[in-house]
Amino acid sequence: MKILVCISNVPDTTTKVKFIDDFKKLDTTGIQWVINPWDELSLTRALELKDDASNGIQSVTVAHVGLVGSEPTIRKALAIGADDAIRVNADPADAYFVAVQLANVLKLDSYDLIFCGIESSDFNGSSVGAMLAEFLEYPSVSSVSGVRIENGVLIINREIDGGKEILTVPIPVVAIVQKGIAREPRIAAMRGIMMARTKPLKVVEPIIVDSFTEIVSYEMPKPRAACKFVDPENPRQLIELLQNEAKII
Amino acid sequence: MSVLIFVENWDGKFKKLSFELISYGAKLAEMLHTEVVALTIGAVENAELKKLGNYGAARIINAVNDKINVFDSQAYTSIIAGFARQEASTIVALSNNNMGKAIAPRLSVQLKAGLGAGVSKLPLGLNPFIVYKKVYSGNAFSHLVIKTEIKILTLAQNSFELIETPNNAVISTITAEWNPESIRTRVSEVQKQSGKILLTDADVVISGGRGMKSSDNWGPIVELAELLGAATACSRPVSDEGWRPHDEHTGQTGKIIAPNLYFAIGISGATQHLAGVSSSKFIVAINTDKDAPIFSAAQYGIVGDASKVLPKLVEAVKEIKGK
Repeated sequence: MKILVCISNVPDTTTKVKFIDDFKKLDTTGIQWVINPWDELSLTRALELKDDASNGIQSVTVAHVGLVGSEPTIRKALAIGADDAIRVNADPADAYFVAVQLANVLKLDSYDLIFCGIESSDFNGSSVGAMLAEFLEYPSVSSVSGVRIENGVLIINREIDGGKEILTVPIPVVAIVQKGIAREPRIAAMRGIMMARTKPLKVVEPIIVDSFTEIVSYEMPKPRAACKFVDPENPRQLIELLQNEAKII
Repeated sequence: MSVLIFVENWDGKFKKLSFELISYGAKLAEMLHTEVVALTIGAVENAELKKLGNYGAARIINAVNDKINVFDSQAYTSIIAGFARQEASTIVALSNNNMGKAIAPRLSVQLKAGLGAGVSKLPLGLNPFIVYKKVYSGNAFSHLVIKTEIKILTLAQNSFELIETPNNAVISTITAEWNPESIRTRVSEVQKQSGKILLTDADVVISGGRGMKSSDNWGPIVELAELLGAATACSRPVSDEGWRPHDEHTGQTGKIIAPNLYFAIGISGATQHLAGVSSSKFIVAINTDKDAPIFSAAQYGIVGDASKVLPKLVEAVKEIKGK
């Protein structure tokens, strides 16, 4: 079985984002770029599955749509343990555009289990995984919190409201992953970092396609009113404020 | 032309978010001078279906098939896309929850329609069609233009008020095309808790962080939640330590929630935590550190040790509620 992990390159999640050009563009000054957190967990789980030889995983490949500037993030994925990588050489215009490019990667080379994070922490679209599956007419499972292989059969946990479902799925399949898939993201060891330099990173030219959507401007959240402090000795006042001022309980 | 709303039902019942979505759809239809058609899959009784009419649905379609007993994103997508074509819908709207996220991107590809995921306001403009949605996990918002003729929208939970616009809705029950053979994923087991208020449904959420110091100290949090009809939640370190179950973790990589009232107790308010709760209407923070970032996000705060403040808070709620 071959695994493909789709990764997105996002600002570190502690970044205080700022915008330039009249709120039309992200100010990338000083931003630390990282693997999207859910994609990192997917990669970790993919590698855990490969570590257990009885699962019969031949390879773990990462795929990314982005310009050359995102190669450090791809190299990081290789350092963590992916065997090889594919970069589609294009600015990721929107989710639809990215899904078209990833679908093309899967047409050039086949994979059995495709991981996508439930969303990217920059655009919060929750879109690419299911779009990709629709392009390929593959089944997909969303809200995945666990993946294992038993006797060659893929078993997936899907979070539902107030519980979970356990599914058996055929391959190929797209697993759209959220929290729980792996406990902690795997960290690159020194040996991995050395090896990553020589691992194959294939660059593919994009398919020409128009995006469906476009961000025309950004806005900062409205600042919240200053916090009103209540005497710790008299929390009753808090409840009264919530009742009479906020009218929320 | 119409606005088609896919409304999820839970064992034949709707939830508040279903009515939020219909209210949103009704306002949108008004802007576009058209009507709202609501579609739900799986049998729902007429009395329940009529509730959708109270929020402005003009027509309600219940697509049923007694073989439908499981959710499959491909099968649901093809049913919804079929109706969208039949109704010549220019907008298809869904909730931005687990099911909506599984279906909406597939609809986008099938209908060649741009997707605005997690919108939290009515469109800012119709031509071009501009939607408003959060980006950077709530640290900013974007104005997103959808360039296609058909648009798919998913509505962020608790972002739109319920608006009652009673409509004498026409209800029709039709048979959904459903071929069990075509469904390739198989649900082998369902594990469900019952009786618990779901974190994603709750109007009030009581959440504890590392400042609670130990799982043994959760008693007052649970008690407060019971008194206020609230759900319990926690920050990431708490679920990582195993003090509370993982499904209670709220934050960027955990559950993203938008209750009316969120109590952050012993939670410092790291960016990643705020990413999961910043859409709450009111935040109350209790923390020993007066400089903790959570107080910048909160409207009400108490600087103090949770172990001392909580028992008093519980007593105060009991007293006030008892009256």
